[in-house]
Amino acid sequence: MSSVNTAKFSLIAIAIGAVVMAFAHWVHVDYLYFASYTILQFIVLATAWNILGGYCGYVNFGSAAFFAMGAYSSVFLHKAFPLPVPVLIAIGGIVSGIVGFGMGYLTLRLRGAFFAIATLALSVVLQTLVVNWDYVGGSRGAYIIRPEELEFAGITVNYIEYLFALMLALAVIAVVSARTIERSQLGFGFATIRDDELAAEASGVPTLRLKLIATTISGAFMGMAGAPFPFYIGYLQPSSAFGLEYAVNSIAMPMIGGTTSWIGPLVGAILLGSAQQYATVTISSAVNLLIVGLMLVGFVIVAPNGLVGLVQGWRRSWRKP
Amino acid sequence: MSWDLLINAIAAGVLLGGFYAAVTAGVSISFGMLDIVNIAHPAFIILGSYIAYFVNINYGVDPILVSILALPVFYALGAAVYQVYYLSFEKRGQESLRGLAFFFGLLFVTEVSLILVFGVDYRYVEAAYIGPSIHIGLLDLPLRMLVPCVTALALFGAIELFITRTFTGRAVMAVSQDQLALQLMAVDPIRIKRIAFGLSIATASIAGALLIIIQPIEPSVGREYIGRVFAICVLGGLGSMPGTLIAAMLLGIVESLTATFYGPSWAPAVAFGLLLLTLAFRPAGLMGR
Repeated sequence: MSSVNTAKFSLIAIAIGAVVMAFAHWVHVDYLYFASYTILQFIVLATAWNILGGYCGYVNFGSAAFFAMGAYSSVFLHKAFPLPVPVLIAIGGIVSGIVGFGMGYLTLRLRGAFFAIATLALSVVLQTLVVNWDYVGGSRGAYIIRPEELEFAGITVNYIEYLFALMLALAVIAVVSARTIERSQLGFGFATIRDDELAAEASGVPTLRLKLIATTISGAFMGMAGAPFPFYIGYLQPSSAFGLEYAVNSIAMPMIGGTTSWIGPLVGAILLGSAQQYATVTISSAVNLLIVGLMLVGFVIVAPNGLVGLVQGWRRSWRKP
Repeated sequence: MSWDLLINAIAAGVLLGGFYAAVTAGVSISFGMLDIVNIAHPAFIILGSYIAYFVNINYGVDPILVSILALPVFYALGAAVYQVYYLSFEKRGQESLRGLAFFFGLLFVTEVSLILVFGVDYRYVEAAYIGPSIHIGLLDLPLRMLVPCVTALALFGAIELFITRTFTGRAVMAVSQDQLALQLMAVDPIRIKRIAFGLSIATASIAGALLIIIQPIEPSVGREYIGRVFAICVLGGLGSMPGTLIAAMLLGIVESLTATFYGPSWAPAVAFGLLLLTLAFRPAGLMGR
């Protein structure tokens, strides 16, 4: 894998995305779009979380806040002046990126724990703001009427298929960006922060600037994942946008998959995301969240490097019998 | 602005602040002295609330008495959690990322388990002091707030006495400063940390009982306290018990004034604003070293 360069990797990723899209179009069941949209959304969230958490070693507990910020900027703009969803995604990314930068600027100069605590509190405060803000629905929530179809260059597309395609494109962009960052100078800088921040600082690595870049990129992707959400769900409530399942999943997925490379969050999101789709239907959503929480605790204790780490360990032991 | 409204808001804030001090005492020990970022502390407090609720409703025992009886259980729970934390993270030097994720997982598992057992309905306890108030001139002090405040101050005083007057307590302070020096004094720092962490979780039992006396609760209420607890802890200065008490009172008063003059739905944002301001302008806190 390591010999594949970024351009080739992007092409492969786009090709895989196209195959998934073609397959979904061929099956053409609405439920499949709904279920896989959620999984793709988790791929974006987990990958975004990992850019800061896995590469730099700074824990963000506020994924739900960044996600909700994207979702609510869509609701706000949709009421003010309707724009096409791709534009809303870009704006959601910008808004969440700016908030990520601001949060980072205030707390990243201190020990890592302070940043984590501040992100945890951020969710509560933003939720308070949204609940008190009547224009975006307040505590009652906001309805967004999703059109059935979309006219696009003379072709009519099923709207849910359109959202699915957008999220698929976003997932491809997020994974390619994560892999590119990982192999760039930026990624090496991030890794020095994760391994020994003091030593990195002493060797002239501009740690604060790098951390701010990571927080901004990570926050922006989370916001982008949230921007199409109101259209997907149709009725957005503060409690669903700020749901704890986003915060816990975007941490659990990279932790279970493995945090050091782009493939960890991807594997984690696909496995855990599909398992949850299945469990939500067959068992109940509370039990399935409990399972995610227990898996998170179990994995950080038993397999600190996630599934990717386990597989690497097995490979090594096979080579050296 | 009427004066009696202002005076009553400040009085309510002081009572609330006393309660916040009890909620923060545990984190002041674990985060302030042991450097363990136990973000699951509010979840343990909610667990304490539900135990008080369960015994109170079924057997009619006073919630504060229940929480005192449950102290050994919480202490053992805390000691066990520390043992897992030490073996899995602290020993391997992985506390910053995985240790935090571990506590986040604990927080989440506790909350979801409580939802599965008790549901998301608001629960409350029954006791003689919930309802009546004392009137002193303009002041109007509800016993529902006064009793938790007095209990909290007693708890706080007991912890302060333990830490400053006993050998083990001083060792807890020492472990936060120089672990190696402690080893040279023939004290096992891991044992001291286990005791201290057990103690910090034990306070959650009492804080939980006080919480359910003050307000009806449901499992996710704990999340509102994460911001508050850490805001108080940081504002007071890490590891300083007097600082924690002052900061708790300050937050209580500011929150009470906000709730009185702007509406209660804004109160949760106050703690976060305070936390951010402290981190930005005086990260060492009021009485930080």
